[in-house]
Parts: sequence; C-alpha cells; structure tokens
Amino acid sequence: MSRWLNLTQTTTKEERSVHPFWVLVAKEVADHIRSWRFIILLLLILLTCVGSLYTSISNISKAVAKPDDPEGGFLFLKLFTLSDGTLPPFHVFIGFLGPLLGISLGFDAINSEQNAGTLSRVMAQPIHRDYLINAKFVGALLVISTLFFALGFLVMGLGLIIIGIPPSAQEFLRIIFFLLLSVLYVAFWLNLSILFSVKFQQAATSALTAIAVWLFFTVFYQIIVSVVAKAIMPADTENPYAMMGYQKFIMGLLSIVPSQLYSDATTTLLMPSVRSLGPLTMEQVYGAIPSPLPLRESLILVWPQLTGLIAATVVCFALSYYTFMRKEIKSR
Amino acid sequence: MSQHIIVLEGLTKKYGALIAVNDLHLTINKGEIYGLLGPNGAGKSTTIRMMLGLTEPTAGIVRVCGIDSTVNPIDVKRRVGYLPDNVGFYDNRTGLENLLFIARLNRTTDAEAHARAKELLDRVGLADAMHKKAGAYSRGMRQRLGLADVLIKKPEVIILDEPTLGIDPSGVREFLQLIVQLSREEGLTVLLSSHHLYQVQQVCDRVGIFVGGKLLANGDIPTLSKQLFTGDSFVIEAGVRYPNPAHAETQRMQLEQTLRDTSGVSSVQVVGERFRIGCSEDMTALIARIIVQAKIDLTYLSKKEYGLDDIYQRYFEGGQTHEQVA
Repeated sequence: MSRWLNLTQTTTKEERSVHPFWVLVAKEVADHIRSWRFIILLLLILLTCVGSLYTSISNISKAVAKPDDPEGGFLFLKLFTLSDGTLPPFHVFIGFLGPLLGISLGFDAINSEQNAGTLSRVMAQPIHRDYLINAKFVGALLVISTLFFALGFLVMGLGLIIIGIPPSAQEFLRIIFFLLLSVLYVAFWLNLSILFSVKFQQAATSALTAIAVWLFFTVFYQIIVSVVAKAIMPADTENPYAMMGYQKFIMGLLSIVPSQLYSDATTTLLMPSVRSLGPLTMEQVYGAIPSPLPLRESLILVWPQLTGLIAATVVCFALSYYTFMRKEIKSR
Repeated sequence: MSQHIIVLEGLTKKYGALIAVNDLHLTINKGEIYGLLGPNGAGKSTTIRMMLGLTEPTAGIVRVCGIDSTVNPIDVKRRVGYLPDNVGFYDNRTGLENLLFIARLNRTTDAEAHARAKELLDRVGLADAMHKKAGAYSRGMRQRLGLADVLIKKPEVIILDEPTLGIDPSGVREFLQLIVQLSREEGLTVLLSSHHLYQVQQVCDRVGIFVGGKLLANGDIPTLSKQLFTGDSFVIEAGVRYPNPAHAETQRMQLEQTLRDTSGVSSVQVVGERFRIGCSEDMTALIARIIVQAKIDLTYLSKKEYGLDDIYQRYFEGGQTHEQVA
C-alpha cells in the first residue's frame, strides 16, 4: 500500500511528468482496449449479459407470486440469479466466460514483448524491472474491473427501469461484493496466464496451456472426482459419521477448483437463503427457520472460498514475478 | 569527472560451463566512437548487457559514467541510450507514438517530448513517416527510428548493438554517417558493436576485436592494422590465363619469380590460375602491368578485403596462441 501511495506522490512532485509505472499501465490499458480479442470477448459477454437479463426479467413475475419464498425480500438479486432453464443466469455465465477473459488478457503479456524485441528496449529505460510485470497485471485488472462494474451497474440500471423496484442497501452491497468476487476470479486466471507467458516463449503455447488448465478444471476434474467418489464410497452407508467424513472429503476435493470456489461464493452472496456450503445433519436443519442470512453471515460463510481464491491469485502472481525477475532479458 | 566514461575491469560472465566473457579490461574515453568487433557469439551483446545492468556479471566491475552498473542500473540507464540488435517497436503504434512512449518512461513532460520527438524524427529522415504505423516501416527505417529512440532521452553515451545488421550497403554508409554526425553534434560517446570490420572502421576512432569472450586487440585503426597485418597490409588477387597452354608452366614460374623480386611484395601464393600477392602498400596497378608485360592474359584483379574471419585467422597464423574458449 505504501508503494502505491509513494507512486502517486512522486507523480505530483515531478512537474506534470507521469510516473513511468503509470505510463506502462496506460499503454497496457490502451493495448487491451484496441485489441480485437478484447472487443470480441466484450461483445460475447455483453450478449450473454443481455440474454440472461432478458430471461430473468421475463420470469420475475412468477418469482414474486410465491408467498413462502424466503428470498421474497430480495427481488432485485433475482435479476442476477433467476433463470427458467433455457439460459443459465448471469453469474454462471461469468463463471464460464471469466476464465476465458482472464486468459485472453494475459497469455501473451511477456512473451509477445520478448518476441517483438520490445522487451529489451523497454528494459533499457530507467525503470525497475518489476514495473513491467506489475503494469501488465494492473493494466489488465483495471480493464476487467471497469468492464465488470460497468456491466453490473448496467444490469442494475436496466432492472431498475424495467421492474421499477429499487434495490435495498443490502442487495446493493451484495451485488458489489459479487462484482468484486468476479474481478478476483478473473484476476486468478489472468495471473495464471501471465505466469505461462513468462514461462513459455511462444504465445500459442502459453494460451493453449492456460486453456488446458481451464478445461481440466471445468470438465475433467469433476469426472475424476466422481470416479474417486465411487471408488471410496464407504460400505456402511448407515453410519452417519462415515458418510459425513466421506462427503467432507469429496467437498474438499472439489473446492480445489477455482470455478467451484467462485460458484459457491457467488451463490451464497446472491442467494441469501443459502445457509451452508457443506453437508448439514438433520439435527442442524431441524428447527431452523427458513429465513435469509444477513450479509455479514453470508460473507463469513464464503470466507474460506474467498481466501482460497485470493491465495491462488497471489501464488500465481508471486511465481510469475519471481520467474520474470530472474529471467535473462535478451533481444529477440 | 574522469575522461574514462566506460570502464570495465576483469569483467567475466559464465553461463554454467560456458564462459561468454572472459576477464575483460576495457576503457572508453568520453566523446570517442568505439567499435566492438567480433564474430557472432563472441560475447559482445553480453558485455553490452552487463554495461546496462541487464545481466549481472559473474565477476568484475562495470562503471559507466562513474556509476556501477551492477549496483545502480537505473542511474546508468538514465544516461545511456541502448539500441538492442533486432530492435522491436510496437507495430500497431506510429513511429511518433513509439518515441513518445520511451520519452515518457524517461519522465519527459509531454510538451517537451513532442517537440524533441518531432525534431529527432526530422533529423533521422523520418518526418514524413512519423504518423505511419511502425509495423509498416522498412528495415532501414526501423533502424533510424531506433536511433531517434536512443537519442530522445538525451543520453551521454549511446550503445548500439549490431546497428548495421540487415541494411543494404548504401543504407549502412548513410546510417553510420548519421551516427557520426549526431554524436559529434551532441558530444556523445558511442559504442557500437558489429561483425563487419570494413563498415565500422570508416567511422570509429578506436576498435576492439573480441573473439571467444576475450579482447584480442584494442586500439585505433593504424595501430590495429599494424598489429594485425604485420608485413603485408594489402592482398591482391589476380586471375590469369596463359595464351599458350604449352608454356603455361614456365610462364607461371617466371611470373611468380618476377613478382617475388618486386620490392614491396612480401608473399606470393599460386592456386591454379590465381595469384595471391601480399604487399605492404597498394600495388594493384604495378602488378597489372607486370602481368601484362609477361604476355599473360589478365582475367581479373582485385584487392582482397578483410572480413573478420581473415583477421583472427591471421592471429592464429601469426604464431600468437590464444586459447580457444569452449
């Protein structure tokens, strides 16, 4: 934090010359915005966003009708979660497209500069070496955050106009946390692909590797877990403790996957009636009033998911930072 | 401030078992143009990268403008402009934008950066192309843009790594003249590396020959050529044809003897119909006359130009032993 403060301070001290770090960030942001791949992904996300907004709005009247719905008070959140099964809701779409966005913004961060011969030119300027990799990260993160917050606020605004019910303070905060979480989730994939871009000389290799990791976690990992689950299924299904341990183990295996962490966390944040992400015994459920959780409780519930995602992001960034700092800067 | 703007002391760089630069001692004076010559893989680029603090030396000291490059690379990079070999630009930006980006990284204010970039582009002859995308530039234009790019930070020293690579011969001459002109006007110290002796010796005050991580020779051109071509500094190659094949052998022997007896000629080698004559001064005209007077047809005559190959070949021939570095 002190570094950031320091950076902005020097900006004001040196008469109107921007700090080199922000020059690099500005260049990154400009590059992303001008690039075709970002425009294509932006259109894709915009399309899905409009699509899911349409389904949720056309189904919202049915949701209002239910009298015993514990989430009846959170009509506005339904904009983000409601679906009639034809099109998945917004947060599921982001869970799917977010990694793609992160990968596409980061997979050629370092190796394209190396291959174009610009890396040694930039490194010959009086800047610290880590400015470059930090700027790559900050630039892409700025683009992602702007995109998600713009989308989120657009959906809120449209919803406000169409359904005419303003969100409560709690709903608004839940949506803000959801957007922050989405940015964090994409940041994880961004960092993973930046790591590959430092490791691999060819941009294509790093893109394919990142996509392979993503596919592995979205498709194959679940299959592997279900195979493992069948294999170690306890013989004594009557024993509640054995079943409980078994369930916890399977949940633990699944929670390694970033997309699982993200979907767990978003459902909890956007559906206040979700009370637990793990197995509940009958004793725990018995006598519980089916009422929504307050925001604080929901946040406490997703805290492990949140820290898991943050840790994964930080580890990826630390690895790419370390590799980049040790890398020999050669011309093309 | 001392006269020595670049000082290398016992500089060594090892990559595992490979010694890229081996105990290099070199000083470069303020305001001179120094040429670092050597074949590919001799360690020129590694040495240059160590001067800029982009690579850490295994041992030894690098001091540029009195600053230790290893300890304080930022201060060195503020004073030194570096044009890497095969320099790259952001192809989707214009030449001007590329320059402005570098100027901003050096904390130049926008107004000043604009003025300076335009002035430099004008001087390197790219004024008309400044709003074209750098991706559309030709090889020679990119190299000139690179020169502007190096000068925009107002350096004290500029280091050019293989600046003439891939440019056509007339372009090379023009480009080197541009370097000399700009550096003289601004009082810059220039270090340029190359593997073409002939291109570089036109512009350099002093030259160092760098082979296998070692500096073999170092000095101004006259000293160096005396050092290198002891005896015959010129080699002339003549192709002949004997009008009468029956007398070919005697004519050949006669001509060889005549040439050997000519003062100034230090060696004569005959390979088939070719004569290779080593001499201490340019005797092309005299040799032509001798051949014609001997009633032998002269089919071709040329002054042999030395490539770097010949030079260090000569080093080994000259009895000086240099350990071949792996």
